[in-house]
Amino acid sequence: MSVDGSWYLIVAALLFSIGLVGLLIRRNTLVMFMCIELMLNAVNLTFVTFARMLDDVGGQVIVFFTMVVAAAEVVVGLGIIVSIFRRRETATADDLSVLKG
Amino acid sequence: MDWVVFLIASAAALGCACGVILSRNPVHSAMMLVGTLFSIAVLFVAQAAHFLAAVQVMVYAGAIVVMFLFVIMLLGIDVEETLSDSLVRQKPLALALGAVTAVEAVLLTRMNWTVGTPSIQGPIGGPDGNAREMAEVLFTKYVWAFELTAVLLVIGIVGAVVLVRRRPTEVSE
Repeated sequence: MSVDGSWYLIVAALLFSIGLVGLLIRRNTLVMFMCIELMLNAVNLTFVTFARMLDDVGGQVIVFFTMVVAAAEVVVGLGIIVSIFRRRETATADDLSVLKG
Repeated sequence: MDWVVFLIASAAALGCACGVILSRNPVHSAMMLVGTLFSIAVLFVAQAAHFLAAVQVMVYAGAIVVMFLFVIMLLGIDVEETLSDSLVRQKPLALALGAVTAVEAVLLTRMNWTVGTPSIQGPIGGPDGNAREMAEVLFTKYVWAFELTAVLLVIGIVGAVVLVRRRPTEVSE
């Protein structure tokens, strides 16, 4: 365990930022969804790092719950994407601009 | 040795994450996502979270990415994405915002945090094994949260069925 925990936190911060940029620049709703998964995983990494730094296994249990939430989120989100595609024949965020003022 | 594992795994995670957001083809993005999730699983192992690493590979890299690929193939949207900007200056603004977030988050990790005292049970990863350690906390201290995740999963399943189900009128048309 010679690697200090703050290095893991830096990697997690960079991963989160990459996911954020991807969410903002991509048009494909599925790829945007993958970027959200990326951000969730970055936060999971910080939880595990803090669990090690504070000797508390509770941090790892929280990651377990995050994974369950992510799975439920993917199920509902992909359901929404499929039903939008069925109606609009598109999966690109730019084409879904009915609410635009 | 720890540093070698850390450097390789984190470089792979960051590289594959860039691959996720830069590949034109959604299928390639999904494959890169597998690489990222696997590298994060390696980082979990390096921090004595063995059970979570196994769950990460099975649930995330296995089930969730396969579900992504399934929907990509089902909808037939594995086509190259046009990269024309319909919003003015969206990309530079997104990159600037991402850079600001990265700098802020890295600065946050450098700060001195006021955290509670470390747990008295000693370093995690004891002789009992990680799965046992987690299970003991999960089924005692966090048992209500655990039950609530079951409710959440049921709600998710019902929601997906309601969303994707065709109305009887639509079928008859």
